[in-house]
Amino acid sequence: MKVSRRVFLGNLGALGAAAAVPDNARAWESKAPPAPYGCLVDLTRCVGCRKCEQACNEVNKLPEPEMPFDDLTVMDRLRRPDHRSYTVVNRYYTGRLDDRDRLAPTFVKVQCMHCQDPACVSACITGALTKKENGTVHYDVEKCIGCRYCMAACPFEIPAYEYHEPITPRVRKCTFCYERVEQEGKLPGCASICPVEAITFGRRNDLLGQAHARIDNDPAKYVDHVYGENEVGGTSWLYLSGVSFAKVGFHEMPTEPMPKVTETIQSTMFSYLWSPIALFAALGALMGFTSRRSRSKEDDHDA
Amino acid sequence: MTHDPKPVKAPFWTPGTLVMLAFMAAGALTLVFRYTFGLGGVTNLNNHYPWGIWIGLDVASGVALAAGGFTTAFLAHILGRHYYEAVTRPALLTAALGYTFVAIAVFVDIGRSWAIWKPIFYQNHTSALFEVAMCVMTYVTVLWIEFIPVLAERLGSRIPLLAFLDRILDKTMWIFIILGVVLSCMHQSSLGTLLVIAPTKVSPLWYTPMLPLLFLTSAFAVGYPMVIAETTIATSSLRLESEMNVLSPLSRFTILTLGVYMALKLGDLIMRGAYATLLDGSPQSNSFLVEMGLGVVVPWFMLLFGTVRRSRRLLFAAALMIVGGVMLNRFNVFVVSFKAPYATEPYYPAIGEILVTAGAVATIFFLYRLFVTWFPVLSARRQEV
Ligand code: SF4
Ligand code: SF4
Ligand code: SF4
Repeated sequence: MKVSRRVFLGNLGALGAAAAVPDNARAWESKAPPAPYGCLVDLTRCVGCRKCEQACNEVNKLPEPEMPFDDLTVMDRLRRPDHRSYTVVNRYYTGRLDDRDRLAPTFVKVQCMHCQDPACVSACITGALTKKENGTVHYDVEKCIGCRYCMAACPFEIPAYEYHEPITPRVRKCTFCYERVEQEGKLPGCASICPVEAITFGRRNDLLGQAHARIDNDPAKYVDHVYGENEVGGTSWLYLSGVSFAKVGFHEMPTEPMPKVTETIQSTMFSYLWSPIALFAALGALMGFTSRRSRSKEDDHDA
Repeated sequence: MTHDPKPVKAPFWTPGTLVMLAFMAAGALTLVFRYTFGLGGVTNLNNHYPWGIWIGLDVASGVALAAGGFTTAFLAHILGRHYYEAVTRPALLTAALGYTFVAIAVFVDIGRSWAIWKPIFYQNHTSALFEVAMCVMTYVTVLWIEFIPVLAERLGSRIPLLAFLDRILDKTMWIFIILGVVLSCMHQSSLGTLLVIAPTKVSPLWYTPMLPLLFLTSAFAVGYPMVIAETTIATSSLRLESEMNVLSPLSRFTILTLGVYMALKLGDLIMRGAYATLLDGSPQSNSFLVEMGLGVVVPWFMLLFGTVRRSRRLLFAAALMIVGGVMLNRFNVFVVSFKAPYATEPYYPAIGEILVTAGAVATIFFLYRLFVTWFPVLSARRQEV
């Protein structure tokens, strides 16, 4: 038995050495679809009517809101999307004045950004979240185990959770109206309803072109930044603003996609399981060596 | 062989075990609420702070503190230092109990407990959590397999299956021993990878792409101190001999492992320039100072002295500081350092979360005592020459 074990370990060592050549030479590559849809939100146009919230609620069959959608006093405090509302509109006063010298509000619609290389998708343990070819970051409740790693990973803190469901809680976030767009060929609920065309739906590349054209045509009206163009490697939802983004609730984000570092670590260490196999072989060889040595010592004693 | 594990002959029902029962009952009651009112009913978790102490302490610290299992297995079985076999069984028991409770903590923390098997079939290979889950799942199994001989020694005559498995394992145990070390290295490091995906949320004092390496080296470092701490507690509460003849030499290895961890950690801090915020008095920097100062630097210097390594009290103190330091490190990474920029209020653990955690710890102590009373785990007392 002992001898055969050594032979086996030797074979294992060879196997480990062969596997120890990882193909980690290839650098990390973005998995973003080439021509995703997107939405361009122009904050200079938004009038804060909350119609997009209402449309989203109806299209996605969400529960009745606590306060009716025509009640604008909800904007007195900052809100975040939650499990009952996939999008909310917040109001900011940045010191900007209107043409009658009164403080002018800026309204900001918040929802999932549908990142090009989403942290949530990379993190999800079961692949319940996926980036679709049309740009949607899609949630499949059938696979979800409720670990909430997507929530810990999302830089925009978007996925919301049904914390008061004891057995079957779901992760809730803007669906980009996936079925509506993909199967019915319609606009997302929010984009279709907006009375002032603050939300433009289209191919992300076209939207970026439009956004820069608007800035170029009226440089006094806009800050020269399309939020979402490069943030976290790019998002499908893009924003134009007349005031500094930092003043209306947008945080500065790295331009590297969030999953880049972790995915590089994971694939470098575990492609073809080379490192565990190599370690197993090395430890096996070591164990074989030490047990032979201690056995021969025992033999000496016996003699 | 110098060691000869025997069941401990000590009365089982003591005031201590009764206190543990009380904590266990409180924890169990909280779980009833958890499965009646949801996570929101008993925790302070919210959309910005989705992970609390059940992940930061029960899972992350739990995994780290079970490192005594694979580090002693490596020393005694793989390196062949049979002298240390006296502590492999208690370390194995702690690891098996620890990991079993890590799995239970995950089960309770995930919203859809009934779906816990799903990652086996729906695999996402870019997810560090997927790797942690697979390794922990496999490792729990491996640990209990490694424990079978202990069970068989006591029950083999009554349960033929155990005796049968024991005989098979006699020839194959080396596979499981190596597998245990490999799996430990994998998931100890992947546990550190988890929050690398959230650079905007983790404080720069802890955020580094080196987190996986730091988690791995700190797991190496905490292994023997954990064995020293638990053996000292067990031998003194069960009135056994102190086993200092094993623990003192064991502590010498920690000078190296803890030293490597300290060097990596301080080097990383300096390279990234993150030490700049160290004295700003924020909860983060204070917690970092305690973690590194009391948990790493001071005990490392203590261990340099032979008088400390030979004194039961001082060695216990140093080991306890290292154990506390690594626990605090996991807690810091997952809870203290985690700041969600969009959050409107911070996270503090709710009483329900604390009760469940305390209940889990009490159950581990309770079961440990139960096992050492029934099964041949500890070899103290008759081990002296
Ligand atoms: S915003 Fe968050 S939830 Fe939405 S795709 Fe990006 S990472 Fe995922
Ligand atoms: S909570 Fe669900 S969707 Fe989110 S990471 Fe976990 S399994 Fe994936
Ligand atoms: S795209 Fe659809 S789900 Fe998302 S905010 Fe608009 S209406 Fe709601």
